[in-house]
Amino acid sequence: MSGERNNASTEAMELLRRAGRWQIWEFALWLVAIAAIFVLPSQMLILTEIAILALFAVSLDLILGYAGIVSLGHTAFFGLGAYAAGLFAVHVSGEPVIGLFAAGLVSGLFGFLTSFLVLRGSDLTRLMTTFGVAMLLAELVNQAAWLTGGADGLSGVMLNPILGYFEFDLWGRTGYIYCLIVLIVLTYVARRIVNSPFGLSLKAIKRNQRRASMLGISPTRRIVAIYTVSAAYAGIAGALLTQTTSFVSPDVLAFHRSAEVLLVLVIGGVGYLYGGVFGAVVFSILRNWLSVITPQYWMFWIGLVLIIIVLVGRERLTSWQTLLPGSARKREARIQHTMAEEGK
Amino acid sequence: MLTILFDGIAYGMLLFVLACGLSVTLGLMNFVNLAHGAFAMAGGYVTVIMMNRYGISFYWCLPAAFIVTALAGAVLERLLYRRLYSASHLDQVLFSIGLVFMSIAAIDYFMGGQQQLINLPPELSGRFGFMGIDIGRYRLFIIVICAVLTVALQLALTRTRFGSQLRAAVDDGRVARGMGINVSVIFALTFALGSGLAGLGGALGTELLGLDPNFPLKYLIYFMIVVTVGGTSSITGPFIAALLLGIADVAGKYYVPQLGAFIIYAVMILVLILRPHGLFSREGGR
Repeated sequence: MSGERNNASTEAMELLRRAGRWQIWEFALWLVAIAAIFVLPSQMLILTEIAILALFAVSLDLILGYAGIVSLGHTAFFGLGAYAAGLFAVHVSGEPVIGLFAAGLVSGLFGFLTSFLVLRGSDLTRLMTTFGVAMLLAELVNQAAWLTGGADGLSGVMLNPILGYFEFDLWGRTGYIYCLIVLIVLTYVARRIVNSPFGLSLKAIKRNQRRASMLGISPTRRIVAIYTVSAAYAGIAGALLTQTTSFVSPDVLAFHRSAEVLLVLVIGGVGYLYGGVFGAVVFSILRNWLSVITPQYWMFWIGLVLIIIVLVGRERLTSWQTLLPGSARKREARIQHTMAEEGK
Repeated sequence: MLTILFDGIAYGMLLFVLACGLSVTLGLMNFVNLAHGAFAMAGGYVTVIMMNRYGISFYWCLPAAFIVTALAGAVLERLLYRRLYSASHLDQVLFSIGLVFMSIAAIDYFMGGQQQLINLPPELSGRFGFMGIDIGRYRLFIIVICAVLTVALQLALTRTRFGSQLRAAVDDGRVARGMGINVSVIFALTFALGSGLAGLGGALGTELLGLDPNFPLKYLIYFMIVVTVGGTSSITGPFIAALLLGIADVAGKYYVPQLGAFIIYAVMILVLILRPHGLFSREGGR
């Protein structure tokens, strides 16, 4: 009996170890991102934008892709982090890295507090509470003009050189490198989280919460934990935006940002972390291209893209990842296939 | 005091007409249709175009707004919505957000981004005093129309053949189909009716709520609050929720304007924590 159990647990550990193994294309992706510093020196601002959006999408993927919580108000954490970083720079210290930690801490704490709202009720209740929390914050920022500058935004955000050495330059090169490093480090941490037993139990909860709790997995604590982490990630993404642009306005809390990050994640594929990164690249290129063609009405085309994605089927759209050598998607597809075969 | 109550009731009734279509699609059919406000906006713009460009009387615009948006709703339902009834909530959210974005940009393109104004007929504008209450004629008009609509809806849902077929189709589509009810047609008709009511609400609300391309997003939260707070087991729930919301909003703007919409969001979150399925739902707090 115990031998069988040992077998199962070593098998599970082996599975996790294999899933967590670094793939060639992951290295390639980050190498390309690093090479961009030298190859595309004039595109630093757009690349910075992409890196921030990617981090934001990764944070949404943690709760949507791994815990199955559909959030319409993920900007709440992004915006909170952005304002926290801005206010920290104005009132406490201009050191970016400490500001980043502070913003992550504030957002994480807020995520912890609001995570109890998403534990109850159905998808619909979750949609509404997350949406409501974001609207509440947006309203708060708008009304508390003495602190946040109201609709005009918070000005006077001055930042010191990063760690006292690297000054933000005019071309955004330092900014991009800074954001890229944060993105790589946090993606690495997220990878560790989702490929741990904890990450596996999240997947179980997402598939079937009732069954997971019968297996002795407590959904409540795990959802609270992942929601908090995700909120901290989003807050750090927001803080990066404030720090690289030296400005923050209520726009960071606008509804269209929540919709945008959902779209980014859906373009890239939900539930495998890199979806956010790929999605951010594709989305930013698409948006820049569209806003060149139709400066005022790119929203129309973004809407059209969303509808087409849904009608074509999200799964089919992102299935190209199964073509990547040794990708997690490929294994997933194989498992699905065998399960379907056995089902027959 | 009573004047605020009166204005609040008018506002709440308007919200109910705007939102009751959503309470059917979202509450009963379980389709997260965030694009509901786009239908209301369509009704509003139909009115604006008819009145300002062609000089047609306001009274003719109201049924026209209903019919045009109901038709638009029916077409969209047959072409797009129908395919997504069984899709995941995430897909429905993405789809309807896409629709909202498209409608906003399209209206902006054709009509411009400015606020649209209409001139009400003279007999509907102005106010009169009655037993110490300062009554706006137009608000009274809204209350009468919405009250009639509400009663008619309630009767249609509970007393007619169509109503019972709808309730059967919603409760268990497969069994309903087995009983010979054409579920697909029932859903299409219901969706068209809900869109039409939203359009009518939009037409009525142009004066009170304002109309610009951002309308669908600006009022989305209000519609959603009405439905989620009201619960979905009957239309009485959303009706009471809409009235409460209307009165609270008007009173809040009058007494504590600096808080803005803050109270409403806070109340909604509180209600959803205490009763995740809505105030008046059968499931109750869970």
